[in-house]
Amino acid sequence: MYKLFLRSLISVLFLLGLSINANAEFKVGFVYVGPTGDHGWTYQHHEGRNAVEALGIKTTYVESVPEGADAERVIRQLAQSGHDLIFTTSFGYMDPTNKVAKDFPNVKFEHATGYKREHSNVSTYSARFYEGRTLLGHMAGKMTKTNTIGYIASFPIPEVIRGINAMTLAAQKVNPDIKTKIVWVFTWYDPGKESEAAQALIDQGADIIMQHTDSTAPVQVAEKAGVWSFGQASDMQRFAPKSILTSIIDDWAPYYVERSIAARDGTWKQQDTWHGLKEGMVAMAPYNSAMGSDLIKEVEQLQKDLASGKAHSFTGPIYDQKGNILVAEGAVADDGMLAGMNVYVKGVEGDIPQ
Amino acid sequence: MSFDLNFIGILIGAIMASSVPLILAASGELITERSGVLNLGVEGMMIIGAISGFALMVVTDNLFFAVVGSMLSGLILSFIFGLLTQSLLTNHVATGLALTIFGIGMSAMIGKNFVGIPGKEFPLLFLDLKESIPFLGPIFFGHSIILYFAFGLPFLTNYFLKKTKTGLIIRAVGDSPTSASNQGINVTLVRYSCILYGGAMCGLAGAYLSLIYTPQWIENMTGGRGWIALALVVFATWSPIKVLIGALIFGGITILQLHMQAVGLRIPVQLLSALPYIMTIIVLVVISRDSRKIKLNTPTSLGQIFYKEK
Repeated sequence: MYKLFLRSLISVLFLLGLSINANAEFKVGFVYVGPTGDHGWTYQHHEGRNAVEALGIKTTYVESVPEGADAERVIRQLAQSGHDLIFTTSFGYMDPTNKVAKDFPNVKFEHATGYKREHSNVSTYSARFYEGRTLLGHMAGKMTKTNTIGYIASFPIPEVIRGINAMTLAAQKVNPDIKTKIVWVFTWYDPGKESEAAQALIDQGADIIMQHTDSTAPVQVAEKAGVWSFGQASDMQRFAPKSILTSIIDDWAPYYVERSIAARDGTWKQQDTWHGLKEGMVAMAPYNSAMGSDLIKEVEQLQKDLASGKAHSFTGPIYDQKGNILVAEGAVADDGMLAGMNVYVKGVEGDIPQ
Repeated sequence: MSFDLNFIGILIGAIMASSVPLILAASGELITERSGVLNLGVEGMMIIGAISGFALMVVTDNLFFAVVGSMLSGLILSFIFGLLTQSLLTNHVATGLALTIFGIGMSAMIGKNFVGIPGKEFPLLFLDLKESIPFLGPIFFGHSIILYFAFGLPFLTNYFLKKTKTGLIIRAVGDSPTSASNQGINVTLVRYSCILYGGAMCGLAGAYLSLIYTPQWIENMTGGRGWIALALVVFATWSPIKVLIGALIFGGITILQLHMQAVGLRIPVQLLSALPYIMTIIVLVVISRDSRKIKLNTPTSLGQIFYKEK
């Protein structure tokens, strides 16, 4: 009786294993740092996922995954449960992604905004958000009356610092007197904290609010206070119809579709992608007519020039806060320098948190 | 940085507004804990209150219903907790944690349809007085009715616990449920009531966030404030007035450190960010170092399961 039980148990387990192996349907997994309803960063990644799903490819997503130990657990879980391609969509997933990738050589990984590709099955991708920031800086420099731009920053990583610098350089170009005030909130997503930061900046004289965090709270505070603001990651116009001048939109959908198809068809290769206005990974929401048609025309021209390569966000001469030259006159910063940017340019107040 | 008096008044007003959810949730939890029940579900009840309040505001277009509804929903969630811990005698800590996880998940599910809808203007009282009186105006006027309620609540709670019979009964139940039961007090009923009251206050705290402070629904919008409220109760050694002081210090330093950053003070930002937590703990530890009083205020049976043998 006992042997019979054992034998049937083994055969059941065997069949179960077989059926799992046979279930080799192509699946794509997504790991999000915030909720899909943030109407910012994660929302846009989720839109990208929807585009993949629309192709008939099966997808799974896990939202609000904290950066750190939890992330590795979630990524590993996705890899174990038969996902063939996994997008990890926040900077803090960089090490966990590479760690899991080592153990699952047959699964492909795509990490957003990072720079580590330690294994041949890890690709990285990001968007040149700083090109959008250059446009915001131009508008901010022209629109400010107090010459003070308030900037809500999340974490001191190159991506965020690049945005601050690009914005400041562009604003200085049209208005040499501007000051950039920065508040670090050390979170990507905390509506309460973000709105307190926005309010503090406004109380300190900022009449332009810019954010590198993901919720719509700062633009709403700006709307209430009657100052200008810019949306982040997706079009936040309806949350602050009067205040928002434009939003930087991240459009991940074409990339996600392309990479999912490549992985399904077996043509996926490791690569490092950094697309901007030219490829459409960075797009601008409609410009607020309150800026006046002259300024809108200027910005649209600048947008075209950035896309065509005629203009560059980091054109020399660029100095750091102490006055040392970073980029020589006439030169532009190369991608290596941009990727590792960890100093403020002249005109930004305060120190980068170390 | 402009240091005129009116600016400081505005700053104090902002600090008061930011500490309201902490005061409400912590005052509610304080009553629950004084009856000997440890409900770690504060965050979950707050977030459910936030979504219910916002959803009702959108559906009924009536702020009164929204506020009452948010309290009811916090109450319903705490009733589940009561049912489990008081009638089915489950572990308080585990049940409370489950309640938080449930609340966050449930609110996200209900909230799917309410994302991206702008909130409604909540009426602020005495706006003209706020404008016309410098310094004191922005401190005392131009707030929502919930703020005035929140600032009265710790004093009411203090009076209630110390001077009323019901308050004494709650404390007796929290200190020694067995003795209280022997005196003929229905321990389970008292604890149920305290749990429900705590739930309603947490729901109101959530509604303050979604209706007044950041008038919109965003997933996870409580952002850990429930946990801070819980910690406040303990560090304030179960004294309502100290809860108020702690909440004000926490809210105050949170906002001041943002201002210090905006001014560009050369203090490490990480230290500034940690400052609200550090200062709140230090101040509360210092003002409550009288061990006799701590003993008097601490509910001895906190978190212990009580059942009456028949």
